Amino acid sequence: MMKVSSRQVDGVVIVDLSGRITLGEGSTVLRDTVRDLLSKGQKKILLNLAEVTYIDSSGIGELVSAYTSVRNQGGDLKLLNLTKKVHDLLQITKLYTVFDVKDSESAAVASLK
Amino acid sequence: MTGDRVSYTLESTLESVNWAEQAAEQFAARFGLQDDDRQEFAMAVREAAINAVLHGNAYDRRKTIEVTFAREPETLEVTVRDQGKGFDVAGIPDPLAPENLLKQSGRGIFLIRTYMDEVRFRKLNPGTEMVLVKRIRGKSADKEKGQS
Repeated sequence: MMKVSSRQVDGVVIVDLSGRITLGEGSTVLRDTVRDLLSKGQKKILLNLAEVTYIDSSGIGELVSAYTSVRNQGGDLKLLNLTKKVHDLLQITKLYTVFDVKDSESAAVASLK
Repeated sequence: MTGDRVSYTLESTLESVNWAEQAAEQFAARFGLQDDDRQEFAMAVREAAINAVLHGNAYDRRKTIEVTFAREPETLEVTVRDQGKGFDVAGIPDPLAPENLLKQSGRGIFLIRTYMDEVRFRKLNPGTEMVLVKRIRGKSADKEKGQS
């Protein structure tokens, strides 16, 4: 089960995710959240994955889809605070070369402004 | 020695995917697979179940998947069978190729191969059989030897 909440910092939307991003609810929640933000014109998005415990292939697909959707609308999406497991997953799938991953929230927000 | 063996027939649903993952976690724990290996084992079984339910049986409720866990002397083996149209493993695009990195799907088999020591495929009529093999290493193997 995944929980999600979002907050605004200096024009950037920080989406705090916790739980699992997997086929079914987790992937759907992420997709709906990003779609909702884009529909409101909020295109600078920081996904905080500090509390995300597990991502499966479907969840990876949703992260990629969220990234391309935001970029296609002229925005940017970055990742914040990866756990070791999620970091390793992005390494083996080579998505570490695609996503801009940050460890500091303030630095991440500054880079998106 | 044929080892312990347990088999389940499951509906083609998301619940079955979650169930298979939990069963894998319990099976791995029962035979002493250590933390990282146990997680990888469960993650691989989840991906295989997704493949069978979603890509194989296409959520068709009239079709089932069969998941069999077996403990062999030096390995844990999982066999996942579906009743779908089958697929050509060699034809799966490389998800690490630059032109495929931004594709939404196509990483399941790659992850299974990453998490397991050996993966075998066989065409059924109809369907596909996938056999996943994870070696019991280090403390896990020692523990099992001590118990046998």
